[in-house]
Amino acid sequence: MKKQNSIGQPYRRIEGALKVTGRAKYAAEYQVEDLLYGYVVNSKITKGRIESIDESATRAVDGVVEVFHHDNRSSLPRFDLLYSDMDAPPGSPFRPLYDNKIQFAGQPVAFVVAETFEAARYAASLLTVHYAEEEFDVDLKANMDKARDPSKGLATFIKPLPPGPRGDFEKAYAAADERFEGKFHHGSQHHNPMEMFATTTVYEGDGKLTIYDKTQGTSNSQIYVSNLFGLSMSDVRVIAPFVGGGFGSGLRPQYQLVFSVMAALELKRNVRVSMDRRQMFTFGHRPETFQHTRFGATKDGTLTAINHEAFAETSNFEDYNEVVVNHANMLYPADNVTLDYKLIPLDRFTPMDMRAPGGSTGMLAIETTMDQLADQLDLDPLEFRLRNYAERDVSSDKPFSSKELKECYRQGAERFGWNERQPTAKKVRRGNRLVGHGMSSGIWDVIALPGKATATFTAEGKLIVESAVTDNGQGTYTVMTQIAADQLGLPLESVSFKYGDSKHPLSPIQGGSYTTGVIGSAVKAACLKLKDKLFHLAQIMDGYPLGDALPEDTIFTDGAIILKKDPSVRIPLTDIIAFNRGEAVSVSKSNVPNLLKIKQYTRAAHAATFVEVEVDEQLGVINVTRAVTAVAAGKIMNPKTARSQILGGMVWGISMALREETLLDNNLGKYVNTDLGEYHIPVHADVHQLDVIFVPEEDRIINELGAKGIGEIGVISMAPAIVNAVYNATGKLVKVFPIKLGDLL
Amino acid sequence: MNPFKYEKAASLSGAITAVQRPGGVYLGGGTNLIDLWKYGITHPDKMVDLNGLNELKSITELPDGGVRLGALVSNNTTAYHPLILERYPLLSRTILAGATAQIRNSATNGGNLLQRTRCYYFYDPDSPCNKRNPGSGCPAINGHNRLHAILGHSDSCIATFPSDMCVALAALEARVRVSGPDGERTIEFTDFHRLPGDKPELDNNLGQHELITAIDLPANGFADNYSYLKLRDRNSYAFALVSVATGLSIQDGLIREARIALGGVAHIPWRLTAAEAELRGKEPTEANFATAADIILAGASGFEHNSFKIELARRAIIRNGMMALDPASQRPGAQPSL
Repeated sequence: MKKQNSIGQPYRRIEGALKVTGRAKYAAEYQVEDLLYGYVVNSKITKGRIESIDESATRAVDGVVEVFHHDNRSSLPRFDLLYSDMDAPPGSPFRPLYDNKIQFAGQPVAFVVAETFEAARYAASLLTVHYAEEEFDVDLKANMDKARDPSKGLATFIKPLPPGPRGDFEKAYAAADERFEGKFHHGSQHHNPMEMFATTTVYEGDGKLTIYDKTQGTSNSQIYVSNLFGLSMSDVRVIAPFVGGGFGSGLRPQYQLVFSVMAALELKRNVRVSMDRRQMFTFGHRPETFQHTRFGATKDGTLTAINHEAFAETSNFEDYNEVVVNHANMLYPADNVTLDYKLIPLDRFTPMDMRAPGGSTGMLAIETTMDQLADQLDLDPLEFRLRNYAERDVSSDKPFSSKELKECYRQGAERFGWNERQPTAKKVRRGNRLVGHGMSSGIWDVIALPGKATATFTAEGKLIVESAVTDNGQGTYTVMTQIAADQLGLPLESVSFKYGDSKHPLSPIQGGSYTTGVIGSAVKAACLKLKDKLFHLAQIMDGYPLGDALPEDTIFTDGAIILKKDPSVRIPLTDIIAFNRGEAVSVSKSNVPNLLKIKQYTRAAHAATFVEVEVDEQLGVINVTRAVTAVAAGKIMNPKTARSQILGGMVWGISMALREETLLDNNLGKYVNTDLGEYHIPVHADVHQLDVIFVPEEDRIINELGAKGIGEIGVISMAPAIVNAVYNATGKLVKVFPIKLGDLL
Repeated sequence: MNPFKYEKAASLSGAITAVQRPGGVYLGGGTNLIDLWKYGITHPDKMVDLNGLNELKSITELPDGGVRLGALVSNNTTAYHPLILERYPLLSRTILAGATAQIRNSATNGGNLLQRTRCYYFYDPDSPCNKRNPGSGCPAINGHNRLHAILGHSDSCIATFPSDMCVALAALEARVRVSGPDGERTIEFTDFHRLPGDKPELDNNLGQHELITAIDLPANGFADNYSYLKLRDRNSYAFALVSVATGLSIQDGLIREARIALGGVAHIPWRLTAAEAELRGKEPTEANFATAADIILAGASGFEHNSFKIELARRAIIRNGMMALDPASQRPGAQPSL
């Protein structure tokens, strides 16, 4: 009897048709009766105090219901802990409307609630806020002397600080045959998902709220709202079945959620608060970072010395940290290593995880440095990496749980035609354009967290699996359905995955590439428990035909339990439910990672990217004409949605290398290109031939599914491969990102 | 966005009468005006919608061999019009290099001339800006000025005029027909826009309550040798850092007449007839285009983030001159000889 597996099959997204036909509803699209609209007023200053607020013109606008600000807001808690969320870094989280203190440009200082959106927006424009302005400091470069170690907390547990030094870096670097030193910089970047932040709060009466929120964690928003407003968790339901992109911006509750709930509770009405595109630039972002690398190698291409330092912005109230410098020595086993990661507090909002946080930043410097050394050593960049291939992670002295990076190199290079690469610049031309090839390694740590799910088999023969987890668009809904279907041997149509709702079992926020591993393992565990329960019910059914068969002697397939050695012996699952007096059978199961086991290993997804660029020799225009990324990320659950994830990551890489930056004006203390006309992300015309390879990889350590997660790994190796390809084309190394038109003149 | 009165004009004279109050504005495609309104940069209290004026919606041949573009014809309709594709392909190319298909479907020819700068500070009502709020200062001079001018800027404003279409219109020596409370008049294209000087709040020489009714193209469209080169921070949906429109009339291997206009470098589409005169009678070579480029850019000066544009513009003028010799590469879908 062969069991059909849906895992590994390229299923379409279950909700795809809903999305492309506009029937999938997002947080700002829920039509409820008697809805009020809130519009936020943001600070015009970067630092200081609010002295007074004149509401008279605002209140005179027809349709205005209430104006909320620090002076008249409802009660908010006094303790930091109650403002904490699942992604809160160490420090004191921002408290919207808490007091008259202004800590960053664009800080929300008030919001106006009116009967129509238009009235709220107009009335908000009439609110006069008098400020007492203070000197601010937003300039990272000018404040390098304030660099200090990050505070420790839960965030540094999940995103570990760099390990201590190994060997004697300075001595080894001085003794190296070839040395390269690089100073790198990239500016802040804002996530800018297509769907802007919005919350529609439905006031259900009796203090109960139903909240449609844009979030990457319904449980996260639920806990946050409950803590802030002193509500019972059972009275707060947060729903987010569709998320129009997150990229990390939805990992923390944003201020529109607070305002929507505050107004709903105060006015006992349904209230929507939505942000506009400019307001999308008033909270977390990828931190501006300076990096310094010094790598040394022997003549034969053995890396002997690694020094990687990063200096990143944070706010004056929280210490956001990310893993920037840890990867060089995980990938390349040099014996003399010094790593350092420092923060510089500024009068800006706290940075936030943004797709491939830290890893994409650090690898841009690491992999560019590797290529420069390879060039100095007269070695092919791929050959240089192979000579320094880590079979074991020397940085933590642990084996890898699995690592097929070598195979990524091999398959990627073959598909790309890497052997045609010319080692010196300006060798290949097409018309006025120089052609260059570049490559890069990629790595992303596998994060393990507990997860929980319920599984129910109904009288109608349906399997219902539940978790509060969201689906930001990458295919979680589909993949969880596949996992559950395979466990009970059912077709996908018989499985319903209920998600994106805090009434389901608590889920961690959806980030860090861990959702498939964490929630997928919980779904699998719940389904295993359900199978067990169904089997035991079958055992006590009248006329039980399985004899003294044990669970392992049977198989769940086609909606029935079948005896492996005699497939004609078959108990339909619906018969079991009938036997159970028609009552559905339901189980709940938590999956807790075996830390004792997994902590013995370094666990990471790997990738290799190969890129071709064309650079107009006179004009400096750069085009990424083709790229291949080979990924080893354990079991690929759905090659179709997975491929889309990696393609999206590769486009992010183009963006990091060549397009994206939020421009900060140090004189005015604020970002200036705060719309999608001037905040440049790639358009179709910037994206050419992209190719994805999944290299088979088996991993029995990381989790029940052997899935490492693919949310970030597609981003990481793309940008450095582009930078290296530009160098190969032109002989010019640009270390300030994004590389802009004009940098190569 | 403030409340306002709306009136749909039934006739040209009706529109001009209806708009005559301090906060009156005309609405064409609205692609720039509505953004400015929503951002609180402009606060009109009356909108006079011109979209019912069918007399402004056609493209017609003129007796002198030229073509008249109605002010309310959409940018895309103009770009794909057979007369334009055949006789003014340079104009078509510039239009299609701008914005997105959706914006071009809504945007009008008249409105294209009247779009405001894309300076970051102009778009932020909380920042100082001499163009938006005269006398408040110019943060771009010591701030982010990548998009900004290298030619014709003043101490009070270094903004650029963002249009692509107008670069071709300047090169083609179009004329702008306007109507207003004092009747009709025609403005030479190069006189239409103005340098910022000490009055950067004025983008152009259109009188109060005047509106554009048509743009007249002269007979010579330089359809045999033309090219538009737009250099920008991404391959679509970005304003020009430097753009060049070139039209050449070539006879017996020599340039009989040359037109070169630049976009993204000044408060106006930049054209210098002295440089064009220099090319007359010369061979279309890189060296000769370089000489013209040096004349055009002789007075150029940049700022912290845009000085590269001077050299970029020089190279772009040379390249675009050579590209104009190969107009086949300019056709839609062709691989540009970039």
